[in-house]
Amino acid sequence: MKIGLLHSLIRKDEKFLIDEFKKRKNVELVLIDDRKLSFNIGKDNFDIDVLVERSINHSRALHSIVLYESAGVKCVNNSKVATICGDKLLTSIALNDYKVPQPEVRVAFTEESAIDTIEEMGYPVVLKPAVGSWGRLLSKINDRDAAESILEHKTILGSYHHSIFYIQKYVEKKGKDIRSFVVGDKCIAAIYRTSPHWITNTARGGVATNCEVTEELAEISVNAAKAVGGGVVAIDVFETENGYEVNEVNYTMEFKNSISTTGVNIPEHIVDYVIKVGRGEVNE
Amino acid sequence: MKGECPVCAAEIELGKDTVAGELVECPDCGTELEVIEIDPLTFTEAPQEEEDWGE
Repeated sequence: MKIGLLHSLIRKDEKFLIDEFKKRKNVELVLIDDRKLSFNIGKDNFDIDVLVERSINHSRALHSIVLYESAGVKCVNNSKVATICGDKLLTSIALNDYKVPQPEVRVAFTEESAIDTIEEMGYPVVLKPAVGSWGRLLSKINDRDAAESILEHKTILGSYHHSIFYIQKYVEKKGKDIRSFVVGDKCIAAIYRTSPHWITNTARGGVATNCEVTEELAEISVNAAKAVGGGVVAIDVFETENGYEVNEVNYTMEFKNSISTTGVNIPEHIVDYVIKVGRGEVNE
Repeated sequence: MKGECPVCAAEIELGKDTVAGELVECPDCGTELEVIEIDPLTFTEAPQEEEDWGE
């Protein structure tokens, strides 16, 4: 089986995957640098059975997946998953459709309607770019003064997609949240991300410790994965007084800080899954 | 394999399993570097983070 690994920079996560693929018999791994790609729509004929998408850029990842799929190549993750997970608004809709609990989310398109919406929700709220990651440009808004200021800045200084105001009710998570890892229909591991800052991403300094995968955590994680179309995803989960709520679903999951923390060989699970997709053993 | 940091000129030694595109950190100056060639081992400063990067 010939497997393509689409990458930008090769981080430790990709290195773990490359090492794992090299251990497998009858698997030929082809490294594909997205910075060197050029597509010819309708004429491309790629000599690979399955593509593992590991680009760092969301826009490049999504468009590459669509182009590979249009040329008949199966992708992990597929374009549906990448489309939904790449957009927090689409993710919230998918979670809602699948009855997966999540914090209250509202959307508005102008400063005026956003202010009215926030006042109605009550403070604090978190304003997020619909497309974005690593916890960047998230704003916790504690009062009306801050709301007016942030909304004005976004409107005037931000690019057009910062005027899609995705407003989430702030969840008091007591300094930590959970990131769970789902591969196919199984939640294979989870970590707590702890930080004195309200943003707990490990890319922003959050510290990872092991989190037991309880039946309840596994259920909400797998349901969230199913809601966005399955595949290999990481789920950000809040522990609230009302039980678990899903914050976000990530489709090019980073796991390098979570292998030794959880004791779970995450790349091994991913590689197993990719090979199953390549063999046609996974219904997508 | 040995190469030179383009920022501080320190010698950087990497294992045989190094691949082009790999992200490494210079042990001397701490700059994040990208391996752009294996033979000879050559580095460039890693690209800056962009808005749609990450997960």
